[in-house]
Amino acid sequence: MTLLTYEYQSITGISGPLIFVEGAAAGSLGEMVEVCLSTGEKRKGQILQMMEGLAVVQVLEGTSGIDTVSSKIILKGETAKIGVSLDMLGRFFNGHGEPADGISPIIPAARLEINGLPINPAARDKPAHFIQTGISTIDGLNTLVRGQKLPIFSGAGLPANEIAAQIVRQAKVAGGEKFSIVFGAMGITSREAFFFKNAFEESGAVERTVAFINMAEDPAIERLFTPRCALTAAEYLAFEKGHHVLVILTDMTSYCEALREIGSAREEIPGRRGYPGYMYTDLATIYERAGRIKGKEGSVTLIPILTMPDDDITHPIADLSGYITEGQIVLSRPLFRKGIYPPVDVLPSLSRLMNLGIGREKTRDYHRGAADQLYSAYAKSRDTRRLSAIIGEEGLTDMDKRYLKFADEFEKIFVGQGDADRSIDETLKLGWKILSILPSTELIRIREEFVEKYYTG
Amino acid sequence: MQTIKGAISGVSGSTVTVKGMDGARMHTVAFVGKDGLLGEIVRIHGEQVVLQVYEDTTGLSIGKEVVSCGKPLTVRLGPGLLSGVFDGIQRPLEALRLKSGAFIKKGVSLDVLLDKKWEFIPRVKKGDAVEPGDVVGIVRENQIIEHKIIVPPPSVSSPLNKGGIRGVVKEVRKGVIAGDEPVVILEDGSAISLYQEWPVRQPRPFKERLSPNAPFLTGQRIFDVLFPVAEGGTAIVPGGFGTGKTIVEQTLARYAKSDIIVYVGCGERGNEMTEILTDFPKLIDPSTGLPLILRTVLIVNTSNMPVAAREASIFIGATVAEYFRDMGYSVALMIDSISRWAEALREISSRMEEMPGEEGYPPYLATRLGNFYERAGKVKCLGNNNRTGSVTIISAVSPPGGDFSEPVTQASLRVAGALWALDTDLAYRRHFPAVDWNKSFSLYYNSLKDWFLKEVAEDAVLLRDCIMKMLEREGELKEIVQVIGLEALQDVDRLTMELGRIVKEVFLRQSVFNEADAFCTMEKQYWMMKCIIQFYNKAKDAIGKGVYLEKILASPVATRLMRMQDIPSNVFKQRAREIMREME
Ligand SMILES: Nc1ncnc2c1ncn2[C@@H]1O[C@H](COP(=O)(O)OP(=O)(O)OP(=O)(O)O)[C@@H](O)[C@H]1O
Ligand SMILES: [Mg+2]
Repeated sequence: MTLLTYEYQSITGISGPLIFVEGAAAGSLGEMVEVCLSTGEKRKGQILQMMEGLAVVQVLEGTSGIDTVSSKIILKGETAKIGVSLDMLGRFFNGHGEPADGISPIIPAARLEINGLPINPAARDKPAHFIQTGISTIDGLNTLVRGQKLPIFSGAGLPANEIAAQIVRQAKVAGGEKFSIVFGAMGITSREAFFFKNAFEESGAVERTVAFINMAEDPAIERLFTPRCALTAAEYLAFEKGHHVLVILTDMTSYCEALREIGSAREEIPGRRGYPGYMYTDLATIYERAGRIKGKEGSVTLIPILTMPDDDITHPIADLSGYITEGQIVLSRPLFRKGIYPPVDVLPSLSRLMNLGIGREKTRDYHRGAADQLYSAYAKSRDTRRLSAIIGEEGLTDMDKRYLKFADEFEKIFVGQGDADRSIDETLKLGWKILSILPSTELIRIREEFVEKYYTG
Repeated sequence: MQTIKGAISGVSGSTVTVKGMDGARMHTVAFVGKDGLLGEIVRIHGEQVVLQVYEDTTGLSIGKEVVSCGKPLTVRLGPGLLSGVFDGIQRPLEALRLKSGAFIKKGVSLDVLLDKKWEFIPRVKKGDAVEPGDVVGIVRENQIIEHKIIVPPPSVSSPLNKGGIRGVVKEVRKGVIAGDEPVVILEDGSAISLYQEWPVRQPRPFKERLSPNAPFLTGQRIFDVLFPVAEGGTAIVPGGFGTGKTIVEQTLARYAKSDIIVYVGCGERGNEMTEILTDFPKLIDPSTGLPLILRTVLIVNTSNMPVAAREASIFIGATVAEYFRDMGYSVALMIDSISRWAEALREISSRMEEMPGEEGYPPYLATRLGNFYERAGKVKCLGNNNRTGSVTIISAVSPPGGDFSEPVTQASLRVAGALWALDTDLAYRRHFPAVDWNKSFSLYYNSLKDWFLKEVAEDAVLLRDCIMKMLEREGELKEIVQVIGLEALQDVDRLTMELGRIVKEVFLRQSVFNEADAFCTMEKQYWMMKCIIQFYNKAKDAIGKGVYLEKILASPVATRLMRMQDIPSNVFKQRAREIMREME
């Protein structure tokens, strides 16, 4: 640790959230700086790039009021870090990790880099434990397992927050295990913040929750720090303290917009729809922090929520997320309009780790087959619906009509469970009930012995 | 080699600009800052150079020292590669874990392939003349692979070995020897050791390219029968997220008939690598009865690991693959995903402020990609005893938004011999492998026909063509049905539609989760086709004789046909005969 402090009063340019500082030769990439305004106000910044004699600094709280004459920067000598300890549980922090609940700061047990380090793939442990969320479309068809990253792809106005809150309320871990929730919010409205606060209180989870909140009116650049603070806290709880941590990040769309803002201020060549070309890698440094580690008790399970602009799943935010995460739960506007809650569109939804959490010893031996069968039958029944809209019911075969009935019941009963908390047994039983609308000869994705045993049609 | 020292003058992401590097050579490595981070010179402008740095650059500052000693980026090749897992710059990840814990820290250097000694069994004696490519001895690396120690071929870019080693053997050692100790010494003093270094960006030489004439068998019906790739060929697997690219790569790594598998996880998920690492030691290779890991080398640079190393990782993979090819083995090089490599290239290029081409990719994207795919091939190896070896490349492509018109898919298509196009709609219906049979193709099919006629059956090609035709006809009928409904079709057409459905559901669909069907022998593939076609013909006859279609479809034999997948390969032929007898 050096006692020297480096101070530069040589800001030569300001552009959007960035300032350009000349001669800051002692600075290093990623180092935090303090920006001091002539008013006495202090802001936080971080060095993004070093060029011959010029440092590019992003300012968390924005650049308004900064000038090139009297403002100065002070190098902090370290990268972005937050203090962590078990005392974080039950506390609220702002988007870059400072207490925001008016209580005194925590006494840190350690100060950790918020960027974290990549988990060595040879040190990862394979996810293997089923998490019962009580939601049929997840437990039955897109099973969540510990250490998974499974986002919710939402659309403006769709109830993603409600589903996340329901998962928090209902997710069960075996008795005696330590369980906590880390909540990272980027650009949420006060209504949403209030909703989540309530939800945590109602589920009795407040004492087990750490929240990092960047509100809609807070500076956008701070959003780049929020998920990283949240995941640093989560890693600490999971891998140092043995907790099973459920991390909820909302809304990744706001995060990506902040990333785009920086990119354009740096005059980078934009990628698709103006988002930076490195957005895939950047998002990966967030999402890949979920997981389990050999020899450690805890786990980090990550549920990011994102809003698909225009409900478009091919939009870069959803697309790149889908390429990194281990599946996705996709919400559907048509189902929502029909009054079906939770409006999960199962066809594009997927859990890639499902197989690690289901089967004989975990759920039921026929689980895989039944899920595949529900999928293919539902896909077929949606085709039939479309056909029926064109040629009318008269042109349909008897089989087609059965499929139509299947589609309706599936959506109304299996998907549309409302607030109910269903056990995996209930979910699977319901699955059989709906499959039994079809003739048993249609159920070729399920092994014959199971069809004989459980088919009730 | 003279060392050159310079000082950092700029840092941006994974690229570092350095001044004072007079005399530095392109594509040689340099060590950056006090941690000695590994970098490679990718551009020279007078005394200023640009490095792509293979580790996290956070914390670097202006003026810090950079040292270059003029060596190219190399891979170390030798016993100990198999069952290993290495990162994008060949650091052994297991050793790294033991040394620095669960998280990857930067600036950690590790010895590669030096942790173990090997029993060397010589195949030459004093007085023998040897030249590049000759086998001087072997190491039994594990129960299945005999690791051949070959005289290193000449390499233009390596100052170590420009002309190649050749001459008369003066001394041969045997017994247990470490990787870097000489095992054979020639009269001119040059030494051959168990391992050799090879510059990653340079293809290894061979005598001649052979034309592909045998299929690379995968045990997956849609690939083996409809769109086979040849041994030494290239197949690309593009598809949107969640369409099954990784499962294709992993399934082939499990079941494909290949001596060696080199699997490169390029910019993808950590958990997927863990899955291979935990499953392959337990999974038994059907052809050897031994764990799959024994024939596997893993190169891993996940999406959150440094982006420049991702760029290097596919070349490390290609070099390792060629090295085993040169021993006379058939090697499969699995890349998941080449798009992440291209993105790394784009990121480095944009940090260097190069003029961007389409979608921001550098204009040389297609050339680089072409050069990489060219490293596939079936060849006559250098050296004695006429070995042939092959590298087959199976490369996943991840087009943004699932749109195949983008540059990486298009550039890959231009060089690939087989396209296995994955389709989002099929994946949504859980029809896996979600291969779109209308879009996919194999340019190898014609040159492989002879193999199928000779090795499978005289009617194998005919049956395959029937299956293709049936799919086509079903597609046409389906369009009609969407306008007028199924009720309006004639029975013969409805039969074709039903059979098309059976082909799709029973023959093309193949779930990795169905133990009896995840791997399908050529024999089972053939007999499945035979059953389906015979059923079709018999049913057509019956309809001609006035039997109702409903009755045919409700017959027990139809149900058995629908459940054919669940019959294991080893009893399939016999059961198929029973089914066919029943059809009579
Ligand atoms: N042959 C198969 N049998 C059964 N299920 C499959 C098969 N292929 C794919 N799947 C299912 O599809 C899911 C997604 O597959 P996979 O992870 O290979 O997609 P991907 O194309 O690699 O996606 P990404 O580009 O995001 O990596 C798997 O988790 C699995 O559930
Ligand atoms: Mg994949």
